[in-house]
Amino acid sequence: MAGIKDATAIVGIGQTAFAKQLPENERTLACRAVIAALDDAGIDPGEVDALASFTMEETDEVELAKAVGFGDLTFFSRVGYGGGGSCATVAHLAAAIATGQASVGVAWRSRKRGSGPRPWRDTVTQLPTPAQWTRPYGLLRPVDEIAMLTRRYLHEYGATRDHLFNVALACRNRANQNPAAVMYDRPLTREMYMTSRWISEPLCLFDNCLETDGALACVVVSRERARDCRRPPVYVHSAAQGLPAQHHGMVNYWNDDPLTGPSWATARHLWKHADFTPEDVDVAQIYDAFTALIPLSLEGYGFCGRGEGAAFTEQGALESGGRLPINTGGGGLSEAYVHGFNLINEGVKQLRGNSTAQVPGAATCLVTAGEGVPTSALLLTNRS
Amino acid sequence: MLSPVIDPEGAPFWRYAAQGELRVQACADCGALRFPPRPCCPHCRSFGVEWRPLSGHGRVWSYVVPHPPLLPDYAERAPYNVIVVELVEAPHIRLVGNLVAEAGAPIDSLPAERIRIGARVRFVADPASGLPQWVPERP
Ligand SMILES: [Zn+2]
Repeated sequence: MAGIKDATAIVGIGQTAFAKQLPENERTLACRAVIAALDDAGIDPGEVDALASFTMEETDEVELAKAVGFGDLTFFSRVGYGGGGSCATVAHLAAAIATGQASVGVAWRSRKRGSGPRPWRDTVTQLPTPAQWTRPYGLLRPVDEIAMLTRRYLHEYGATRDHLFNVALACRNRANQNPAAVMYDRPLTREMYMTSRWISEPLCLFDNCLETDGALACVVVSRERARDCRRPPVYVHSAAQGLPAQHHGMVNYWNDDPLTGPSWATARHLWKHADFTPEDVDVAQIYDAFTALIPLSLEGYGFCGRGEGAAFTEQGALESGGRLPINTGGGGLSEAYVHGFNLINEGVKQLRGNSTAQVPGAATCLVTAGEGVPTSALLLTNRS
Repeated sequence: MLSPVIDPEGAPFWRYAAQGELRVQACADCGALRFPPRPCCPHCRSFGVEWRPLSGHGRVWSYVVPHPPLLPDYAERAPYNVIVVELVEAPHIRLVGNLVAEAGAPIDSLPAERIRIGARVRFVADPASGLPQWVPERP
């Protein structure tokens, strides 16, 4: 099957500063990130003819196209389910370009979560109809919804808070190496973790991602076009979305096995179309809105067996030099939480060889979108 | 506190619950139970629906203890518990709720330290709101 395997490449990445509070609005931040990504690629904005972003993105295609000065657009796409959409934006562009619907695609996400209101604080949006089964009882926030799965996971597999700490620490250690990270100069200790305040037991403060203002973008072109760009191409080797049977979003308590989330469905398709396996992944950027998503994702994407994700985090496995270094820019837990888009760009940095926590000789990278919601993932490689 | 925004598929659940009855949507053709309610049966695609009475006996499948920041009414009660109950007759039917000391008691009436996964619980209706609640089988 020809498909999209290595048919397209990410050739430009851009980002704004990340901070709890940035003065500029989301539209301005989006423009800055997109212009930076095109400049990184060495491509004129007038050549952009495809766009993809999240349905939750507030800056629309019309505003972006006229502000930055794009040409005629022939493809634009939006992906739903919050952080589940991150990798799918690149996947949609890759599919559009591989099938000739467009030639230069930009994916982006701009978000002011650090200084803006939390969506769950709005009582009107708090109760969409499906939430009638959960929210009246006080299961209000994403952290409450994931904490429920976490408690069951800890119970079923004898996992402990130390395993969750392993995840928080790996991300924080990488952020401590990354000057762009919100947590650049703020080390984390086990004592800080164990004595921090609860958000939703069994999840504490450090199990939660950062609330961040910032924007990111990347540029996707065909492999032929990629050869003429300013930077070495990072090929989109495999891509998949996943919405499994009887799934119910973050409150996935009603299918046969709530602990096998959308990552399992995504992974089956992702690996089916790849020339390599989980053992061949040099570095991974795994969506970390909450620490517990990491063991669940390690199982879903096949790095270990069912129930083995927590044990996988032991002995520094997720750290630099470990079995599977993850979230090498610091991830959503410690670099910035911009709905996972920073994980895509960090994957590109690793395969260009210029991450602040570079895995020597990294040639393959898994990037995942939000687990616990209809999601998506990418396998990237710098091998042509 | 938030009240359920009830849709046509779910309305019978809330009506029965307010009468103190736990009923779950079932397929009128193949009999499969389903939750949350929806227009048709994912097994046989039948649109025929019945509401099956269940015993109201369940077990705690998991639970959380939220702490602020929370919506004001909930912040006042925090830390409280939220549980997921799996029903004894149909373990794949799980319901989110609160474990309370007795029917009508507030969501923080039972200390979280007393909650265990696997603990047996029983369905009751809050006499004031009509919403489902869960009480320990052996207090
Ligand atoms: Zn049926």
